[in-house]
Amino acid sequence: MAIEYLGLSAINGPLVVLEGVRGASYDEIVEMTVGGREKKLGRIIEVYEDKAIIQVFEGTDGMALRNTHTRLTGHPMELAVSEEMLGRTFNGIGQPIDGLGDIRSDVKLDVNGKPLNPVTREYPRNYIRTGISAIDGLTTLIRGQKLPIFSGNGLPHDDLAAQIVQQASLGDDSDEEFAIVFAAMGVKHDVADFFRRTFEESGVSSHVAMFVNLANDPVVERLITPKVALTLAEYLAFEKGMHILVILTDMTSFAEAMREVSSSKGEIPSRKGFPGYLYSELAAIYERAGIVKDGKGSVTQIPILTMPNDDITHPIPDLTGYITEGQIVLDRNLNGQSIYPPISVLPSLSRLMKDGIGEGYTRKDHQDVANQLFSCYAKVGDARALASVIGEDELSGLDKRYLEFGKAFEQHFIGQSPTENRTIVDTLTIGWQLLGMLPREELDRVDTRILDEYYVPADGASGAQETSQEAPLTEQEG
Amino acid sequence: MAKTGKIYGINGPIVHIKGDVGLEMHEMVYVGNENLIGEVIGLNSDDTIIEVYEETTGMKPGETVTGTGSPVSVTLAPGILNNIFDGIERPLSEIARETGFYIGRGVNVDSLDVHKRWDTHITVKKGDHLFPGAIIAEVPETPAIVHKVMLPPDLEGYVLDVVPDGSYTIQERLLTLQLPDGTEKEITMTQKWPIRVPRPMAKRYPASVPLITGQRILDTLFPLAKGGTAAIPGGFGTGKTMTQHQIAKWSDADIIIYIGCGERGNEMTQVLEEFSELIDPKSGNPLMDRTTLIANTSNMPVAAREASLYSGLTLAEYYRDMGYDVAIMADSTSRWAEALRELSGRLEEMPAEEGFPAYLASRLSAFYERAGMVQNLNGTEGSVSIIGAVSPQGGDFSEPVTQNTKRFVRCFWGLDKSLAYARHYPAIQWMTSYSEYLNDLAPWYTDHVDKRFIDYRNQLMYLLNQENSLMEIVKLIGGDVLPDDQKLILEIAKVIRVGFLQQNAFHKDDTCVPMEKQFAMMDVILYLYRKSRSLVSMGMPMSVLKEDKMFEKVIAMKYDIPNDKPEMFEQYKKDIDAFYESVIERNA
Repeated sequence: MAIEYLGLSAINGPLVVLEGVRGASYDEIVEMTVGGREKKLGRIIEVYEDKAIIQVFEGTDGMALRNTHTRLTGHPMELAVSEEMLGRTFNGIGQPIDGLGDIRSDVKLDVNGKPLNPVTREYPRNYIRTGISAIDGLTTLIRGQKLPIFSGNGLPHDDLAAQIVQQASLGDDSDEEFAIVFAAMGVKHDVADFFRRTFEESGVSSHVAMFVNLANDPVVERLITPKVALTLAEYLAFEKGMHILVILTDMTSFAEAMREVSSSKGEIPSRKGFPGYLYSELAAIYERAGIVKDGKGSVTQIPILTMPNDDITHPIPDLTGYITEGQIVLDRNLNGQSIYPPISVLPSLSRLMKDGIGEGYTRKDHQDVANQLFSCYAKVGDARALASVIGEDELSGLDKRYLEFGKAFEQHFIGQSPTENRTIVDTLTIGWQLLGMLPREELDRVDTRILDEYYVPADGASGAQETSQEAPLTEQEG
Repeated sequence: MAKTGKIYGINGPIVHIKGDVGLEMHEMVYVGNENLIGEVIGLNSDDTIIEVYEETTGMKPGETVTGTGSPVSVTLAPGILNNIFDGIERPLSEIARETGFYIGRGVNVDSLDVHKRWDTHITVKKGDHLFPGAIIAEVPETPAIVHKVMLPPDLEGYVLDVVPDGSYTIQERLLTLQLPDGTEKEITMTQKWPIRVPRPMAKRYPASVPLITGQRILDTLFPLAKGGTAAIPGGFGTGKTMTQHQIAKWSDADIIIYIGCGERGNEMTQVLEEFSELIDPKSGNPLMDRTTLIANTSNMPVAAREASLYSGLTLAEYYRDMGYDVAIMADSTSRWAEALRELSGRLEEMPAEEGFPAYLASRLSAFYERAGMVQNLNGTEGSVSIIGAVSPQGGDFSEPVTQNTKRFVRCFWGLDKSLAYARHYPAIQWMTSYSEYLNDLAPWYTDHVDKRFIDYRNQLMYLLNQENSLMEIVKLIGGDVLPDDQKLILEIAKVIRVGFLQQNAFHKDDTCVPMEKQFAMMDVILYLYRKSRSLVSMGMPMSVLKEDKMFEKVIAMKYDIPNDKPEMFEQYKKDIDAFYESVIERNA
């Protein structure tokens, strides 16, 4: 029987200090009994000889210096994992909350995980078709990638994530085992409910494990939620050979929780009050995506974060962008024009795209089309800036064509309905129709041979009109 | 007897021992029951501070810390190339063999293979007097690189006895040396060197030879000297890593040390895969044969991240001592600076700017100053060039790491978000970038490429600058109202931007372009400019000049002319002449 320590020497926010403790180890989990009834879990985050500083997951409400019994467990935070966890719902620290009983499993894993050895990683090359042109065509998602959605409050990031889940899960190779691990940190009740409903409606809910920490749940719990979720994901992917899509929402709440705990520890803040180790902590989460050699499964991550005040240079999106392999950025302006999904393509990027597309993967002209669309759309921005100064009428003929191109691009390439599932050929066809609105000499990113094969000019301005009417024809696929 | 102490406190990677147990500053120690590797980073009479290079989860106060008596060092011997190490020179493939696809803790593996036998050719004989750093044997380490076994820089003496040529492991005796004080010492291939101490050299040379990278914007506009230092700052997605990959692949350095410091695991895997397949155009061998990777990915322990740059530097200096030109890619120095900040925060040091410790600048300068083109102790010449990526927060170059780096590097390749958004790669912004080596290297370009080279290069820069100031006007009133000579500048600047500066890393010819072709391209572009200018001065409107698609043709020449057919450029000049004639004819 392990020793129980009675009493605490200090309580400060989510942190408590326990003195006179023997044999406490760094990062160990402790069990606390408050007032003889309520049980709480805590983690030792600093230890000095016989003094341990403990972070309490469920919050320190109701705790007093004298009413708490603390017991050391002798191990770091662990999660019992099993395939049965699919179809179930858990709280932020991995305890079932759906009333279907405990998870029985002999396999217990340390939730902190360990870094994947770069030597044993396999470089991801298999693309995932999401059926969304702006993603498939321009920022292709690759299996084993971590591709976050940078969004803002009020933008339809949840709908987009749900659409990706629905369409990617029902893709061409649905014979392979596919599952979703969903981790919600500090989300609104409605959002959690939306996802639950969506999973049910699309018939995938038996393949989903949900870890839910709602906005009014304890803040500290949030710090462990993504780790718990990823521990399950890694187990299913690398031990059971499944393809796992992990959705983490909202990483901003996670980082804010870290700041809250850090400041109550009295740590020296670095940027905007966030602790200096924010990068390391985010990396410890995002890097848990990938494929290992000789393994069948994969972990693909789609973290969602809301940029505070839509500021992409805020530390959270900024550090995330440095770790993840690209980003999908949502834009308030496009959303205002009722374009769905409102993906701002210029700052969006998929770093792994270049090796997972082209001949043998999608189609040989894919990279060129993507580059050219990016380049032309960047020029649309210049033309618009000019038009706002001198008026649209004063623009040169070429600039006017760019304006038309830009409009058509936003409506027909980026824009699509939330249920439309386009094939890669559809996407590229629309791309070429749009490029046809521009004179051939403007297309400087495409190899001459590919231009010869695919480029069909639309006739001047009237041609542009036709193209924009033709584009929606490809909808029949969905 | 090794000195030991008992752990008193643990805070993440920082471990405290109460009191002074006699450990030295920067001494390597084994920490706790799992024998994790650590380093002493602070000493005072009542507290010894140790940073641990591995996760400290599960460690308890009261566990033992054991000193090793020597500072954190790397092992130097054949077997370094074509290998991938963690931040403190432990081979990741060996770790994988021990602990599977996750990196375990407390893994005790040899840095280099001690069982492998190397074909050794001894280059000294009995009775020779050897000076520090003297080359004593040659070992073909990879098909591309001959490893020169050297005497450690702190030893000299007479050869008493030497083994014949043959195959030896890195731990077997090659010769016995009589030191000046009369004692005898057995010399093997292996030497150890503390990572924080620069290896000695005889003297430094000024920069005089460029590091040719095959990247037009670098070689032509902003060249880096062998032994020089360069920084590549840029927000995420602007192509820092891509630029470093390109340099690592195509530069004419003999050895590449690629340090992935706090970056993505998949990127290191990519380098490993790609470099094993890609063939070095110079030697015909896989690129990995001249490359060493040091990987401390962003989720690996933060303390080892701080050490990884120094480990890489020491390996580079070791190959420099053999007489090789070594280039270091450090991706990214910001992660290293953040590791400093994180450790500094845990030590509760007084923060300076943005929470970085006040010694950030001095650490950065000490790092970059280890670069240089030098004469080694053994008389050979070698160089270490450092190319450091900087990941500024929010892409804002005014943050401390970028600003302090700028003070100590002489080449600044600033990446630009708007270029990257338009997929103009490499997204190096020509208006903000600079190279202080240009004047130092001018004689080399004149002698080895063409005597007009520097002049042409300056003309390109002039045109780009002109375009930049004209664009200010165009943004306000549109391009149509400009006079034709200014329209021509915009048009030719577009040719330079798209046809010359933009380079396609995935195109088989365009990914690496030899100096001759770079010069010939410049020559054709400027020829087109001169001819067009005389047409414009004759009163021909730009709209007429553009009818012939000559500008588009010149833009496409980077793809249309293979690297091995430089004679085709003459045809382009003839085409430009024909274009000149035809415009005159039509408008006569």
